[in-house]
Amino acid sequence: MVKLKKYRSLRKYFVFILTFGILVACHRNPWTATRVTGTKIAIAESQPIDSTIEAVIQPYRQHIEKDLSTVLAYNPEPLDKSKGKWQTNIGCFMADITLEYVNKTLVQRGSAPAAICLLNHGGIRAVIPQGDVTARTAYEVMPFENSVVVLALKGTQISAMVDYLLQEKKPHPLSGLSFTLHDNHAESILVQGIPLDENKVYRVATSDYLSNGGDNMTFFSKALETEQTDYKIRNLLIDYFKATDTIRVNSTPRISIKE
Amino acid sequence: MKRREFIKTTGAAGAYVGLGSLGLSSFTTAETKQITILHTNDVHSYIDPFPENHPKNPNKGGVARRAAVIKMIREENPNVLLVDAGDIFQGTPYFNYYGGELEFKLMNLMEYDVATIGNHDFDNGIDGLMTQLKKADFEMVSANYDLKNTVLDGLVSPYTLKIVDGVKIGIFGLGIALQGLVDVRNSKETKYLDPVEIATDTARLLRQEKKCDLVICLSHLGFNYPDDASKISDMLLAQKTENIDLIIGGHTHTFLDKPVVVSNRAGKKVLINQVGCYGLNLGRIDFYLTNDNQLAAKGTSIEIG
Repeated sequence: MVKLKKYRSLRKYFVFILTFGILVACHRNPWTATRVTGTKIAIAESQPIDSTIEAVIQPYRQHIEKDLSTVLAYNPEPLDKSKGKWQTNIGCFMADITLEYVNKTLVQRGSAPAAICLLNHGGIRAVIPQGDVTARTAYEVMPFENSVVVLALKGTQISAMVDYLLQEKKPHPLSGLSFTLHDNHAESILVQGIPLDENKVYRVATSDYLSNGGDNMTFFSKALETEQTDYKIRNLLIDYFKATDTIRVNSTPRISIKE
Repeated sequence: MKRREFIKTTGAAGAYVGLGSLGLSSFTTAETKQITILHTNDVHSYIDPFPENHPKNPNKGGVARRAAVIKMIREENPNVLLVDAGDIFQGTPYFNYYGGELEFKLMNLMEYDVATIGNHDFDNGIDGLMTQLKKADFEMVSANYDLKNTVLDGLVSPYTLKIVDGVKIGIFGLGIALQGLVDVRNSKETKYLDPVEIATDTARLLRQEKKCDLVICLSHLGFNYPDDASKISDMLLAQKTENIDLIIGGHTHTFLDKPVVVSNRAGKKVLINQVGCYGLNLGRIDFYLTNDNQLAAKGTSIEIG
């Protein structure tokens, strides 16, 4: 009994030593920041080039270059999505040619044409500079693999689309639909120049990204019918450039402001 | 090196045991360490510099130049951590032709350490990301994307620990809400979890249990959303959490002239930085650290240049 007690206290002592020992062995003074500095280094022409990296890129670049550098058309003015409150020249251009080119394929396959095209401002990824236009331009503007879909929407959903555009206050590419903004309220809503009829069904061309819920364009989820065209927006752009000598943009306002 | 540190640590501990209340700091020689964090975000497959006739960024950017800059910095201070805050993919034909193969190959060559997943990294589907990730020498971290039921399970961790010159650094990743941004056909069964909750738990784990000296969050949430004050962003995340020292951000393509300093919910300073997009800039944050308690107690001075 006594022996056991002694053993117990010894064990306690041992546990204490072990615990303390572990604490000591693990003790590590933390490293604390006394000074932090932050800088931004611009990657510019003045910097040298890493030749190893350059050699790795070279074969990839050459292959793409060959494929993309053929001049397809001429662009007389910079098309830029950052210039314009309710519409931009590049937005008008994209929506107009999407409507025009998708309608060509729709008619060819015996489908009814679309009356409206709505794309998204965020989907335009580059400026089209003044000068020669190549397939590369189409890749820069539309790097995504999105295709055009055509949705049948009731007139009430077209009204919801107008409300969305008013709330969003972004120059989303728009074609075939126009209205006037007066005191934060949309007036004279026209589809292909004819007043909107909320009971009618309209065919609307957009991207599969937006029809699947992208940018929260919820009115697209209420489509009565969906027709996949499998026509990539980028390929549509390339087809337009191939068929065009000089790019012409119709900058007629789709959303006008009445003071 | 490791052994020397061990001896130093046990020696100091021994002194502490022997002399008790005399304190530790007077018996250790104070050391200073410099950890350099280099970072990019939203590079979007921009591998070549912009063309000379580009209206906004003529002849700017380019991976070969960035690699040379990184190499020079490594020569000056080898204690570098190189990270990316997502959207590595999508933006130039390099991605359309090769699916991100070249982007990852170059990041391997530049010796990137860690990256997080941006929404566009799902653009070739989660399978496309998996294919490239298998070839990556760097680690991919995401704490708030639950990837258990996806092909990325096991390829992406919530966080990683790096020891740079004896300084323990915990790095975790945060991704943006997928709804309305990533087609579900691409993200498949990826589940988005609340970034504030996840960041709170992960940062606490890294700081308290993993004993990290520095905790870094690689975020693709976006810098801030002035038009939507409730939408989670790096600015909000910094204020609503604690235990994070630095947030490297992305998504909003925000060109910060200098890092922003915010007070977290415990009143401590958090740095937020984001360097625009397309590899036009390389961000650099230098932490000068001490293991001297008295020096550390004087607080941190932040110089933004």
